[in-house]
Order: sequence, then C-alpha cells, then structure tokens
Amino acid sequence: MDVDLKQVAREVRKSILTQVFTAKSGHPGGSLSATEILTYLYFKEMHVDPTKPNCPCRDRFVLSKGHVTPALYGVLAERGFFPKEELKTFRALNSRLQGHPNMNDTPGVDMSTGSLGQGVSTAVGMALAGKKFNKDYRVYALLGDGEIEEGQVWEAAMFAGNHQLDNLTLIVDNNNLQLDGSLDQINTPQPIDEKFKAFKFHVIDVADGHDFDQLAAAFAEARTVKGQPTVIIAHTVKGKGVSFMENQVGWHGKAPNQEQYEQALKELEGEVA
Amino acid sequence: MADVQKIATREAYGKALVELGKEHDDLLVFDADLAEATRSGKYGEEYPERFVDCGIAEANMIGMAAGVAATGHKVFATSFAMFTSGRAFEQIRNSVGYPHLNVKIGATHGGLSVGEDGATHQCNEDIAVMRTIPGMTVIIPSDAVEAEAAVKAAYDHDGPVYMRFGRLPVPVFNTNPDYHFELGKGIVLKEGTDVTLVACGLMVPVALEVAEQLAAEGVNAEVINIHTIKPLDTELITASAAKTGKVVTIEEHSVIGGLGSAVCQALSENTPVPVKVIGVQDTYGESGPALQVLAKYGLDTPSVLASVKDFLK
Repeated sequence: MDVDLKQVAREVRKSILTQVFTAKSGHPGGSLSATEILTYLYFKEMHVDPTKPNCPCRDRFVLSKGHVTPALYGVLAERGFFPKEELKTFRALNSRLQGHPNMNDTPGVDMSTGSLGQGVSTAVGMALAGKKFNKDYRVYALLGDGEIEEGQVWEAAMFAGNHQLDNLTLIVDNNNLQLDGSLDQINTPQPIDEKFKAFKFHVIDVADGHDFDQLAAAFAEARTVKGQPTVIIAHTVKGKGVSFMENQVGWHGKAPNQEQYEQALKELEGEVA
Repeated sequence: MADVQKIATREAYGKALVELGKEHDDLLVFDADLAEATRSGKYGEEYPERFVDCGIAEANMIGMAAGVAATGHKVFATSFAMFTSGRAFEQIRNSVGYPHLNVKIGATHGGLSVGEDGATHQCNEDIAVMRTIPGMTVIIPSDAVEAEAAVKAAYDHDGPVYMRFGRLPVPVFNTNPDYHFELGKGIVLKEGTDVTLVACGLMVPVALEVAEQLAAEGVNAEVINIHTIKPLDTELITASAAKTGKVVTIEEHSVIGGLGSAVCQALSENTPVPVKVIGVQDTYGESGPALQVLAKYGLDTPSVLASVKDFLK
C-alpha cells in the first residue's frame, strides 16, 4: 500500500488519545508503544481487505495483549474496516468497540482476546489449521512483555516450535513496563530472546520498534524463515509520542483529563517539542 | 441390569469420533497426552494427519482449538473432565464461549466413578461450572448408545459443546429401536404418577432400578433421562412435576450447581414442588474401586432407594 506510514501512525496516536479521553477509560501506554507495529502490519505486511474482513484466505492477527484496543481500533479505522466516527463509541454501552476485542462485533478483529496469555494459543491454532489444510495465509500475534509471564504463552510457544509453524510470527512489545511496575521489579521474563530460542523460535531483535524501516526488515526476514516460527522482539517506549506518558507506569490504564488530552494532541501535532 | 452388556461411554466417544472422521475429512481431534485413556487415540490411529496430541498443556489445547474453529473448522478437544472444565475453565469461557466457537469438548473420567485415581481426578464440579458459560451446551450421556448419538449431535450443533463421559463400563440400555437423541430433549423412560426421578449419566440406570423397586412397594415413579443439562428440557420436567407433585434429581456430581440446581431453578420458577437433590455432598471423593466409591458416597441403588423412600415419607 502506498501510504505515509508516519502520518498514519500520528493519526492513530491521536485516535488513541481521543478514544481513551472520550471513554474516560482504557490503556494509552501500551497502545502508544504498539502503534508502529500495528500500523505496519495492517498497512504493509498483512494481506487483508477491509471490504472482505472475513475472507478465508486473509492473513490473521491476534491481539494477545488485548487491552490495547485503542491502537488496534485506531489502525482498523484508518485502514477502512469501519468508520472513524465510530471510534468515539469506544467502551460505551451498545458499542461494537468493546474494551477488549470481540471478533463477532468488530470488522477486522480475528479473535476475541483480553485475558492475557490466551491469544497466543489461538494464533498457534490458526497457524496449525493453515498447515493441516494447506492454506497459505500467515498468522501474527502481538504480545506484551509483561503478558509473557503467563505460563500459557510458553505452552503455546513449545507447541509452535515443536510443530515448526513457520507461518506464525509473534511480536513482543518490549516496553519494559507492566501494570504494577517495571518488569525487573515484578517478575521479569528476561532474557526473552534466549527463552524463545530455547523454544525453537527464530528470534529477531528490533532495536527501535517505532522505526518503520527496522520493522520492515524484521517482517521481511520472518517471511524467509522455514521450519520454525519467528518472534520479533520489538524494543519500544510505553506511552511513546506523549512526553508526560513516556516510560511512566502510571499511564498503563488511565485516561487523561481535559488539560492533559489537549497537551497530548498538541505534542502529536508537532506544536510543541 | 446384571445381564446387560456394559461399555464405558469414553469407548463410545472414541468410536463415534472415528465414524465422524469417515464423513468429514476436515475434522481435527485434539488430546492432551491422555489419548489412550480418553479413547480419542482411536481417531488418531485411523486419521493420524487429523489428530494432534497437544501434550500436557490443556490451557493451550483449548486455545488452539479456538484458533482452529476461528478458521472455520470443527474440532474436538479432549482430556479428563478435571483438566478441561477445571484447569482450562477460563480458556473455555473466554477463548471458546465468548466468541461462540465450534469447539466440542470431550471430557472423560467425569465423577467419582474414576475410582482408584482418587479425589484429584474425580471431577464433581464440571457441570456446575460449564453450565454457567453463556451459549454452552452441556451433555452427560447415560450409556454408549447415547454417547455416540451425543457426539454426532455435538458435531452438527453450531456452537461450543461440553460432553462428559465416564471411565467405568456402564449398562447399555438405550437399545429400544425407537431411541432418538435430540439435544435439549429429555427422554421419559418410564411413566409414573407418584414421584419424578430425573437422572443423568450413569445414574439413569440406577434410577430405573430404584423405580422398579419402588413399584414393588406400590409407588409408581416416573423416570426421566435428562442427557442434556443445558439447555434443560424445562417443559418436560415441569409437566412431570405438575403430574407427580414430587421430584428427585440424581447425579454423579456435586449437589451444588449441577443437575439438581438446574432442575430446582426451573421448577421454582414454573412449578414449585418439593425436590430432593441426590448427588455428591459438599466433599471430595477418594480412591477405591469405582462401584465401592459410588456406594460409599450414596450413589448406588440401595442408597438412592433409601434416600427416595425417606423423601416420600
């Protein structure tokens, strides 16, 4: 797709702030850290058609860190899966845009997720089905670095590695913060790369998960890997793009007030440094 | 029923899967390193390419089944009742139930009749937890004939299904040529006027024996086989309760939250009558030969008969 990815990402970031501000709830920090990853997936990497969101041949995406719906919905709306106007209903009663993704409600959502650790297993199941029934779609799942403290993630990784699911690419949004604090303070899953290597994954380290060139190189490399699944460990900044949210654990799941919202939008528009 | 052939419902599960595999070449069957015990391995022997042993990782197995179902293929996920409904409860609720996916859960070794393995493996809570999941169908077949029919009905049903099978060989009594299995429809095995016995699973033949002995004492009991706990055949049960005025529920499951609770709720809203709930009391089981364990915990024919007679006093 011929598109200015940086411009799309800027619009998605503004949308994240607007959704969370309007709903007075949601998860801005992890949404902002995952913005480039999701933008790249839906605008460059995956074969998807917004006019045929349930096409059997489509590539699949599972938001295993299901709480960052503001980023996913922002990207899906930018890509044309549903009207941007609908984003203002995020987390409101009777909305299709539930706090965590619902595959039966929202065009473009391939799996209902939200309970951490579960999405990755469903992605492995989709990849397995692709192999069993000779389909050439690819499957992607985004995990939080805190999320991979869940044991189910490693059950899924063990299976994917043993079954050589090279149609599966996991992305770890490695922003180093979880709800209660830094990974180091809580129960760090590091070294993440060594763990996935031990589970027979091809591991790609992306030094800056907000750099589209680095993401492009990583996803291109993943496509060349045969006989094993790939994990892309993307080093990111929680709250990226909004100065007072960056690397602040307190913005994991909190909405900005009016003043903070306006300040954030100004920063994203480039009006302040 | 001493002279009747006995087959464990888990055997019927394996057999029915193999038959389904003949008709549907895109059916996947999963197990979690219990394929020999659950009999899903029979499917694996026939169709190795469509059988996946997921290893000892039930949460992941259920999640993978959800992923397969999301691509449009039906899948049976198999393990013991304890490790599906218990260990993987939240995966079943959130990854299968919430998106209403076509995952069929084959849960074997339900209830006390697991026997020697003891309390950690005797799941008496599965019906209670599974029936709280919106859109979940819950089935406990009473014999091998019904189990085979249930597996096929589960395949045809659009949505998640939880099926509980047993380890213990039990009498094959649904041998009437007119036998017909329909999801959500109970079967009146014996008509009566004095009391209604509603049973599921291996307690159905016990209920029939109890009814026979009551008849000898002049009590005419109606016996209903309620193979589907959810959706419950409320119409059949309330009509019977209106006729007899007294209901006894009999299940190999905790008295909390299972068949008895479902029937009490249906009756209290429609036809309030006295109800006696017979099942496992608020306690764990223990090791022992299955029939001895069932007897100790009040689920053999003499114990159930005594409870019913006490209730009818």
